[in-house]
Amino acid sequence: MKAKRDDDIARMEPGENRYIKLKDRLTITWFLLPAIVLFLIFLVYPIVQSIYYSLFDWKGFGSAVDFVGLGNYIRILTDKIFLKAIGNNLIIVVLSMAIQLPIALILALMVGRKLRGRGFFRTVFFMPYILSEVITAIMWMFLYNADPDRGFINAIITLIPGVVARAWLGELNLVLLAIFVVLTWKYFGFHMLIYMAGLQNIPTEVEEAALIDGANRRQLITHVTLPLLGGTIRTSAYLSVLGSLQVFALVWIMTKGGPVNASELMSTYMYRYSFIRFELGYGSAVATVMLLIALIFSLAYRRILVKPDYLG
Amino acid sequence: MKKILIFSLITVFTVSILLIGTSCKAEEAVEEVEEAEEAEEAVTEEEEVVTEEEEKEPVKFTWWHIQTVAEQALVWLDLADEFMAENPHVNIDITGYENENFKAKLTTVMQGGEPPDIFQSWGGGTMIEYAKAGLLRDITSFLEEDNWASETFTTGLSAFKYQDKYFGVPRDMGIVGFWYNKDLFSQAGVDIPTTWEGFLETCQTLKDAGITPIAIGEGDKWPGAFYWEYLATRIGGEEGFNAAYSRAGSFADKPFVEAGEALADLVALNPFQSGFLSAVWEADASVTFANGDAAMILQGQWGAGQFESVNADIMDKLGWFPFPEVEGGAGGPYDAIGGGNGFIIGKDAPDEAVEFLKYISSVDSQIAQVGLGMAMPVVKGAEVALEKETDKLIAEGLSKAEYYQLYYDQFFAAAVGSVINDNIQGIFAGTMTPEQVAQAIEDAVAQEMD
Repeated sequence: MKAKRDDDIARMEPGENRYIKLKDRLTITWFLLPAIVLFLIFLVYPIVQSIYYSLFDWKGFGSAVDFVGLGNYIRILTDKIFLKAIGNNLIIVVLSMAIQLPIALILALMVGRKLRGRGFFRTVFFMPYILSEVITAIMWMFLYNADPDRGFINAIITLIPGVVARAWLGELNLVLLAIFVVLTWKYFGFHMLIYMAGLQNIPTEVEEAALIDGANRRQLITHVTLPLLGGTIRTSAYLSVLGSLQVFALVWIMTKGGPVNASELMSTYMYRYSFIRFELGYGSAVATVMLLIALIFSLAYRRILVKPDYLG
Repeated sequence: MKKILIFSLITVFTVSILLIGTSCKAEEAVEEVEEAEEAEEAVTEEEEVVTEEEEKEPVKFTWWHIQTVAEQALVWLDLADEFMAENPHVNIDITGYENENFKAKLTTVMQGGEPPDIFQSWGGGTMIEYAKAGLLRDITSFLEEDNWASETFTTGLSAFKYQDKYFGVPRDMGIVGFWYNKDLFSQAGVDIPTTWEGFLETCQTLKDAGITPIAIGEGDKWPGAFYWEYLATRIGGEEGFNAAYSRAGSFADKPFVEAGEALADLVALNPFQSGFLSAVWEADASVTFANGDAAMILQGQWGAGQFESVNADIMDKLGWFPFPEVEGGAGGPYDAIGGGNGFIIGKDAPDEAVEFLKYISSVDSQIAQVGLGMAMPVVKGAEVALEKETDKLIAEGLSKAEYYQLYYDQFFAAAVGSVINDNIQGIFAGTMTPEQVAQAIEDAVAQEMD
């Protein structure tokens, strides 16, 4: 095969080869152009602009003139509240990994392939994901309710003897947990769906073979199903981490990062500075730091964890 | 089977939360729909009128207000309808936003450089920022014409002034003070406190009687800032503030630290309703107070209107008293923290928008607003509408105030105002010391002004 192709190439006129390549390139360029233009205008340009503004002390009105260099970045990295926001983001990431994803995985395994009414459960579990974040947040605010005497959740849990009503969103050490519950409620269905799709890609023959070889259900799951699901799990974990780093609307609506920064995340911190305090230069710097964190994570994750899978 | 059971349970959980969440909101949604319908009616009416007469060039302008209580929003709709009937070429596009939504939405359009033509403003630092950025229209010439300003307004106009130019007019000016529930006070056998010491004792007595002394929507942050600002005013007086503001002194000086300490004394009594840190003024704290679940609430002149819309029964028991004195403080007993509402004019507004602003500043309009508890009069001749005892008390307080300080978060630009409110919340949560709070505020002011 290879020899024949080399012959073909050798038989071509020297100029012809270049001509075809150029023509191909032109075609490719034309097809890519719309996407590239949109990408540049709506993604690259704003990022560059944001980095530019992050070097100024700028209030958002008129053009930026007050150049402060890296001053904003120094301020960010020495601000205790921003460090706390990063910490809170990390807590959400860790909790998602430790609780939300395992729940989704277990449910996906349980729903399996043969359960009756599988489609029904899948739809219902997926439903919270379809809701907009704003609606989810408002709904849960009513459920938690600022007044512990009125909230639905408090009404239910106080039925259990010895349990007292709490102001879920008003207590410094509860608020992040309360928000995590909402995040889990909203996103577990999404991850479950990813896992279910992954499960469907595992050929039944492999599992049958394992069963014939005498594996019990637990061995089957730990030694066959999970390893074969590896790629899917890594993808879902990746999405979960990025999602956790970017949570905004839900938290902003429910607590605005409060009380007293107890549920402050990088995104709410950025919003507060940009659009409440109008320190847009500083806000841009925060956004740039967020971008860097997400970018570094992304690259590191791909480098370290994404290995070739058993299945394509 | 077991699996199906488990899944059914999770299903029930997921779905029921959806249903409960949505049903809680249903009642309010109905109100909103009604309001929207009213607004639509108004729009269709004006369209009919426009087609009848075509002499003048049609003019359209936008108007954003923050009256969400139905009767209050109706005042504006009626005024707009009347004005459009008299001026058929004018078409007013009215939008009523909830307070916090308004601020968020306004931020966006201001950044985009496209302000609405007439919109809600509290004057002060935020307005000055807009004016500096050239986003507002200077209406000084209109105010001078026919002596509109001098013949109309009794107070409040200066809040809308920057460098001898006026950008809007007030429609309401009042002061912050304590609203209290007379029934609960007599139940606990307490009188109106006149000193901060007495106030703390009152809270303790109320608490001992099983009554929540104070409702507060500290999730909004500004309601708590009122306490700190008032204490600073009572302790440091006008001189204290001016020294700090002129940068001869600083906001980390003694009066401001002592204000935080006095506030911490109050917080230590735990006098607030449970969950106050996440409660907000409009949806939570005002409801707690109006339903008689707390004895006092520190709020502005708009309190009565809100309480009435929540629970009309409260009006018979509603009392008002000024913020108590602090022993040894430099401030006078009637010095006041306050502010008001007004409308300012966006840079691209047509003359008709200013004419309309004049139209809604009429005595009749003021009387209607005062009657609904949505304003304290700023227009000559509207004082007659002050019928409620509480309104009279506030008006008296306002007239006696020798030193009148606009709320700090409006007086300063947003970058400082937000820092003030955010940090004072730290005292309420017990996470920050009075010194830290004063220092954080000083840092923000220094960065902004030095």
